[in-house]
Amino acid sequence: MRFVFEQGKWLPEALAKEKHKDRRPISRLPDLPSCEKNPEFPFSPTLLAFLEGRQLLIDDLPFSLEQIQAHYENGYLRYQKGITQTERGGYRCERCGNERAHLFASFHCARCEESCTYCRQCLMMGRVSECTPLVVSCVSPKRIAYDRPLVWSGKLSHAQQAAAEAVKQAIDRHDELTVWAVCGAGKTEVLFPGIAHALERGRRVCIATPRMDVVLELAPRFKQAFPTVPVIALYGGSEDRFKQAPLVMATTHQLLRFYRAFDVMIIDEVDAFPYSVEPMLQYAAAKARCEPSALIYLTATPHPAWQREIQKNKRMAATIPARYHGYPLPVPAFEWCGHWRKQVQKGRLPRNVLAWANERIQGGRPALLFVPHIALLQQVVQILKQLDARIEGVHAEDSARKEKVHAFRQGAIPLLVTTTILERGVTIPRLDVAVLGAEDDLFTEGALVQIAGRVGRSAQHPNGDVRFFHYGKTKAMIAAKRQIVRMNRLAQERGLLKSP
Amino acid sequence: MLKQTDVLCHECRRSFALIAGDLCECCGRPFDRVDESYRQGELCADCVRWKRDNAWRGVLTKNRSVYVYDAFMKEVIARWKFRGDYALVEAFRSDMCREFFCHFPRDSLLVPIPLSSARLYERGFNQAKALAELLGCPILDALERFDSAKQSKKSRHERLETDRVFHLRSDVLLPADASFVLIDDIYTTGTTVRHAARMLREAGAAAVSSFTLARS
Repeated sequence: MRFVFEQGKWLPEALAKEKHKDRRPISRLPDLPSCEKNPEFPFSPTLLAFLEGRQLLIDDLPFSLEQIQAHYENGYLRYQKGITQTERGGYRCERCGNERAHLFASFHCARCEESCTYCRQCLMMGRVSECTPLVVSCVSPKRIAYDRPLVWSGKLSHAQQAAAEAVKQAIDRHDELTVWAVCGAGKTEVLFPGIAHALERGRRVCIATPRMDVVLELAPRFKQAFPTVPVIALYGGSEDRFKQAPLVMATTHQLLRFYRAFDVMIIDEVDAFPYSVEPMLQYAAAKARCEPSALIYLTATPHPAWQREIQKNKRMAATIPARYHGYPLPVPAFEWCGHWRKQVQKGRLPRNVLAWANERIQGGRPALLFVPHIALLQQVVQILKQLDARIEGVHAEDSARKEKVHAFRQGAIPLLVTTTILERGVTIPRLDVAVLGAEDDLFTEGALVQIAGRVGRSAQHPNGDVRFFHYGKTKAMIAAKRQIVRMNRLAQERGLLKSP
Repeated sequence: MLKQTDVLCHECRRSFALIAGDLCECCGRPFDRVDESYRQGELCADCVRWKRDNAWRGVLTKNRSVYVYDAFMKEVIARWKFRGDYALVEAFRSDMCREFFCHFPRDSLLVPIPLSSARLYERGFNQAKALAELLGCPILDALERFDSAKQSKKSRHERLETDRVFHLRSDVLLPADASFVLIDDIYTTGTTVRHAARMLREAGAAAVSSFTLARS
């Protein structure tokens, strides 16, 4: 759409009373000024509630253009540019922060009748182009204080308690904090006291995570812990999409629709994002935060750069080196397995890998075997099926993925071959894991720590076998093992481990 | 000559299913994707039905389509047309051009199926026009579309009953002897292109065919 200037104010061309020669897309105008707030204006509470803390497209708003414009003219909302020019003459998407030239494209736009550039990075949230205004509210979000909102009967371990205290303090002081909690530490509960503190002060809290299944898993847990507080879960296609709540669980993409909405931003599994997505997450999180606000990162496997910053005290961090059950993390064993790719090509597996698989099946212990690529996965499954026909494989594009993981949990599949998609979020009692080809680039330090972290998670079965089969050790493998050993030592030193 | 590098990776390129093999000589339906009973000589049962209908006989000379409208193509077209990722049109370029000139003459006159003005504003571009622009033949925006309910929500019977979907633009003069080719994104029942073809025929066009990106 285009804007025109009429009787001292800017308005969408469609609402102009006269014909104008000078009509321009918002990107080709100076920033549109905010109007002075008119307290007499009979504003629409539904419209304001809809827009509270959000940054939306006009297409997202189920209100007429006249209504939207009236709220602009009376100082209740503002129009922002969707696409701006960078200093170096490139484009920037103001919704998702994209500045990469190959993620922009142009077309002759029927809305502005000009060549119009749009962002391809956040396209799935509705197209932002040069003639697309982003609509934000000028009214700051409602803040309601809740009296003792936390109803949770569980008890934090010593290790959890210390971190929970640090989280609470960071939230109170609007600080930034990284919680480095080993796999199985119970990091969700660590957030409870801090979030309760925030809600008592009427602060708005968001927990963002890369994956939709994590949103779906977390939301009921928080609803249960904070029964008097409205909680919404936001992901693509979620019914809560335009509801408001002081406690929000959202996928990163949904975060893009927020603007200065949260006093506490918690980012879960910050390391799980593909490197290319991370800048968008950082941008979205920064945009969704109020000034001032607290920023809490949760991770079991921080990137090496973050680990260095933590060690040099350049990054505030609280470490939980022990699992909630107080048993040490299983340490991976390295086993050389020769030129295994060549063997697989010939329809065979290295002898020690086959022996490992056989032991699990004989012993009736569920086992995950991680392989680097889908093509390999299918070959390996074919070979292993000769051992036991129930063995299956699963990968990201597998349409039966859910069913297979379910069957594995039920024990119907004794051994599941998988790509890295199951490196996180799987908790199965008595599990053993192995990696075939641990030297592959895909298996970063973080991925290997996560894989090892699948084992021994339940208090009843805190031990298990972690095996990295390789054709030459890599730095990532050594760093992963070192990280696990160091965490166990740290836990020992702090007296967090159960004495044997 | 240097070969242009593909805008798609191998994986994605392989997932585009080209229409090939034995086709219905009228609508271009691949016979290997339908039951044998559906075939009557060189025609499919649908085209036989069109031919029996006095009102529609001979309105459309033939249709040809580039890709099978399968689950993958559905996804691609949805991102392109509904999400509005205009740039994806480049992925269709080489196949569109090659297939078009296999079936239609160099001097074809292209008529893109128009959108209603409301739909055009909503999408920001007309996908049929974007396809026509790939081919390098002259384009004539001869038609306009009346605003009405979405085609895809109607049954075949309802579609046929909707009497006038298009009208001829008053400022357009048709060169009657040109070989007209309607361009659209998807051929489903063929009703849309036949409605458009009928308008052109009534205005004096001698022969009208259609060419679409995909067909079900």
